[in-house]
Amino acid sequence: MASVHSDTPSCGDPDKAGGLRSAAGSPWGAVALKILVAGGFGAGKTTLVGAVSEIRPLRTEEQLSELGRPVDDTAGIEAKRTTTVAMDFGRIDLRPGLALYLFGTPGQDRFWFVWDELAQGALGALVLADTRRLADCFPSVDFFEQRGIPFVIAVNCFEGTETYAPEDVREALDLDPGVPVLLCDARRREDGKELLIRLVEHVATRR
Amino acid sequence: MSESMSIEDTAPEPLAVSAAEPSGLRPPEEERWFDDEAGPVVRLFSMTRGRVRPAEEGLFDLISLIRAVDQVELFGAEHALEPEQHAILRLCRDEPLSVAELGSYTDLPVSVVRVLLGDLHETGLISVIRPVPLAQLPDERLLRDVINGLRAL
Repeated sequence: MASVHSDTPSCGDPDKAGGLRSAAGSPWGAVALKILVAGGFGAGKTTLVGAVSEIRPLRTEEQLSELGRPVDDTAGIEAKRTTTVAMDFGRIDLRPGLALYLFGTPGQDRFWFVWDELAQGALGALVLADTRRLADCFPSVDFFEQRGIPFVIAVNCFEGTETYAPEDVREALDLDPGVPVLLCDARRREDGKELLIRLVEHVATRR
Repeated sequence: MSESMSIEDTAPEPLAVSAAEPSGLRPPEEERWFDDEAGPVVRLFSMTRGRVRPAEEGLFDLISLIRAVDQVELFGAEHALEPEQHAILRLCRDEPLSVAELGSYTDLPVSVVRVLLGDLHETGLISVIRPVPLAQLPDERLLRDVINGLRAL
């Protein structure tokens, strides 16, 4: 790994061989984008991140001190000096010098302040919905609506569950007409890709 | 049900988490990382000499890209670095890595990585690309590049 010389610019092979290193001769043409993958616990966030990422999903931790904690909603964690929040994420090299990071959002409720940081500068969000527990994704929908972050709803069709028409899900979530609602299997890479493409197309129509 | 599962001193595979998630029956795997599992707090604090945030707030976003400058040895400052800072420099010598990736590969909390990066930045040992501010996003061509890149996966 250490044998690679950094002074050899890539030769336009779009097949991500060089990762961020080979951005058109200068590694500093590099751009990193971020898409969030949200949804209730067990909706398939980490599964989806893993299915579309080129690297094994990584985990990073944020340690929050007393200082970093908001004054409201501290019920249940008063006794702790620090809290550790784990975030799973993955990376897709789209072309030399352009990387897309997918961040699974940590559990809802206690960790809204981490969401705020994650959401900053995000291109958009996929909200995974499990029709058995549709209400679990209400908080995510509210969060992205309030901050004006474009999102699509991805209904994860688990085996053995009744499938719903996207229109029913739209109605149940009281979504704006423009918000795409798509059915998916979060384990399938092709589905993950399609979701991301639809999200970015949705982002493009909003500008 | 998972009482007998030993976690000992090996970190759980991230993939194990993803495999467990869809079941929705067990408590989140990450809960095991709280308290004692969260790591050596005292050591982390000494590593950052008690500081909890880097000098320049906002420089090290999770997706800020970090790269070691080319001739690190010319600076002569590296002898004063923590072993973890050496590790960071090694990781981002050949290609830029995000702050989040550096946290994951060094197994350090992002908050600690930020402080260590702050020192490296002050001594001129790394360069940083911040993410494109949202207001400038998204340029249509960039979005098209993203879509094309995704289709080509």
